[in-house]
Amino acid sequence: MTNNAMNQEPKERIGVHVCHCGSNIAGMVDVEEVARWAGEQLKDRGVVIARDYKFMCSSLGQELIEKDIQEEGLTRVVVAACSPHLHENTFRTACSRAGLNPYLCELVSIREQVSWVHTDRAAATEKSKAVVSGGVERVLYSEPLEPLHVPIHPATLVVGGGIAGIQAALEIADAGFPVILVEREPSIGGHMSQFDKTFPTLDCAACILTPKMVSVGGHPNIQMFTWSEVEKVDGYVGNFTVTIRKKARFVNEELCTGCAICQEKCPKKVIDEVYEAGLGYRKAIYTPFPQAVPKYPVIDKPNCTYFQKGTCKACQKFCPTGAIDFEQQDEWITVQVGNIVLATGYDLFDPRKVTQYGYGRLANVFTSLEFERLTNAAGPTNGNIVLRDGVTVPKTVGIIHCVGSRDRNFNNYCSVICCMQSLKFAHLVHERTGATVYNFYIDMRTAYKEYDEFYQRVLEEGTLFVRGKVAEVTDAARLPGEEGKLIVQVEDTLAGKQRRIPVDMVVLSAAMVPRKDAKEVAHKFGISCNANGWFIEKHPKLDPVATMTEGIFIAGCVQGPKDIPSSVAQGAAAAARVLGRIQQGEIALEPVRASVDQDKCSGCRICNNLCPFNAIIFHEDRMVTEINAALCQGCGTCVAACPAGAISGTVFSNEQIFAQIEGLMRVNFFTEPQSAVA
Amino acid sequence: MTENFEPTIIGFTCNWCSYRAADLAGTARVKYPPNVRLIRLMCSGRLDPAFVMKALAEGADGVLITGCHPGECHYLEQNYKALRRFLLLRRTLAGMGIEPGRVKLVWASAAEGVRLANEIATMVEEIRALGPLRWPRWHTWNGLFIEEKSRAEGVPA
Repeated sequence: MTNNAMNQEPKERIGVHVCHCGSNIAGMVDVEEVARWAGEQLKDRGVVIARDYKFMCSSLGQELIEKDIQEEGLTRVVVAACSPHLHENTFRTACSRAGLNPYLCELVSIREQVSWVHTDRAAATEKSKAVVSGGVERVLYSEPLEPLHVPIHPATLVVGGGIAGIQAALEIADAGFPVILVEREPSIGGHMSQFDKTFPTLDCAACILTPKMVSVGGHPNIQMFTWSEVEKVDGYVGNFTVTIRKKARFVNEELCTGCAICQEKCPKKVIDEVYEAGLGYRKAIYTPFPQAVPKYPVIDKPNCTYFQKGTCKACQKFCPTGAIDFEQQDEWITVQVGNIVLATGYDLFDPRKVTQYGYGRLANVFTSLEFERLTNAAGPTNGNIVLRDGVTVPKTVGIIHCVGSRDRNFNNYCSVICCMQSLKFAHLVHERTGATVYNFYIDMRTAYKEYDEFYQRVLEEGTLFVRGKVAEVTDAARLPGEEGKLIVQVEDTLAGKQRRIPVDMVVLSAAMVPRKDAKEVAHKFGISCNANGWFIEKHPKLDPVATMTEGIFIAGCVQGPKDIPSSVAQGAAAAARVLGRIQQGEIALEPVRASVDQDKCSGCRICNNLCPFNAIIFHEDRMVTEINAALCQGCGTCVAACPAGAISGTVFSNEQIFAQIEGLMRVNFFTEPQSAVA
Repeated sequence: MTENFEPTIIGFTCNWCSYRAADLAGTARVKYPPNVRLIRLMCSGRLDPAFVMKALAEGADGVLITGCHPGECHYLEQNYKALRRFLLLRRTLAGMGIEPGRVKLVWASAAEGVRLANEIATMVEEIRALGPLRWPRWHTWNGLFIEEKSRAEGVPA
């Protein structure tokens, strides 16, 4: 297996360019020494020039590389700088400007993997030499390659019809390109449709959202699949094949006029756990809310009397257009799209897990979503803020921040919206009931435009703020005046004392958590989640809506907790990225692909079952295997498996890896001198 | 075993998870010992067991194989194939008299920079305890010491 890289005559002219990255690398690695060493010690490997420079990625640094390629006739370039995930493209582009094939440039990381993680300057310098040496050996076996050009299908799939998905869909559709919008619930609208007011401007959520929903519903470029889920995703950027399961509505959409007589006549009342957060009822045939888009209802099969007992059919009887169809079956629809935007949103943290706050046990402890429904004019109480009995107006309300967030026992992250949401609640309680409001907070976080002004306004309205983590909410009265109340036990850290505050109602500002099937969805679309379950963006600052997987974009709360303005901004940003792709018409992909040398292939078929993308085809007639380059994703599993060495993989060939190992092991200052081994 | 023995470890990383975890460890300035040298592959499934052999033959005292957590492979399921190969490889290595602890498989997602750094630190200490491998880089198959020149001519290690 040895490829004897060490004793071939240098046939290439290699340039080694070592970056200081200001003091990021130079602060821990003696970069001059690394360059000097490479120039001297790697001369027999073909290194003809080795330099260091303050910022290789700057235009001057790039010009330096280009100049070296042209003047020194370099045939290979090794840049020792940051991670290839950051600047590989920069240096490859510089090389191609100078007429060198970009794949003959190797970027090795001495920043993320050396200077930033080590503390011993001498050892870091030696390791950098090893890393450079590995890169030099590897680049000797690099081949000139051309990127693969893949056409981009102009249609886009948007998954999730919340505000982020709606925004993304509208932006793309308005630009004139087809959009397929898939929503799991019977209507688009998402969490925003459940809210009454939105902070800090207090404009009505429905007033600003429903026009957008209507535009989506009637848009000639948007094909909407509600009550549907994405079942399967095949293919790759530019050409995804997506299978959508359209669950049976039991309502013929072509005949239904959305008159809602069926909902009126349906005798079966069901607690609405989704839209009304368990506070209100809906019928077994329902639209989640009157402004639902589309207007067609769905029959909730497990709760429908006809489906369970075989009789009823009230809806069918009264439907003026005969739209009810009990025979309807689930449909599977296959669509072709070029890009995918995932905007599947969030779930609310289940505050039952914080047992000391008594949610689920104490009637008048509410979640933030329940409270949103209480305040909503179209909600179960017509917007009256009342206790669980449905009539009593609370005289004191306690709002607890950070329930399930900023808490080591649950989620370490800040849920972003809860401070502002709690302030909004405080304002609404004041406005509608005149009750005394306590806000129990750890820290008040009101960043962004006009948010702090809103905080000032709520302060002036007389809301009481207690800084401290609530220890317990209990109904066990100990002091006079506590009978029949909920007592909030809290350490007031500003006053420096324990307090027991009796209130009538407690609202828990629960955290946003990833959807419970987030991991499954991530896997389906081939992207990754962070430790909490939020989808990972390509770069947290500079590429917040792209993912590591080409052609898949994320928007809204799937990426992390955020408020409506940020979700909208991300939806639009994702749309902009998709539109850029569509406009280009094609995308250049890394030519990391496997191929079979059919003369070497013995037809053993060991590789045949290894490919999850079905890129490996076996030719029965010739008894050889072939790899379909269009389907190959370049993982290299088949390359590693071929016992005959007949499969090779570009960019990560066996020769390159073996050579890199040899190079990395050349510098071995830790162990004894090698001559002593004998 | 030598005094102050500093092991050298070759680490194989997956482009999508563990290499990014290593990048993240860097960005977050998490510290770990400089004994490990990383090689990027597209997937842990790309890991030919021969790479591990090669690393040990070249003088590495240990090899760290890293990949995405089971069920999170960028290529759907190739890390399971890496796992299968790893288990076979470990048996083969044991048959050759190499301590199983010298070759280690660690799952690390792109978010687990700290975890990867800790795993590296732990492994360095474990290999340090095992001592240098001195695999017959300088010996022929029958144990004879060979000169670098003839070794370079392709005598099998």
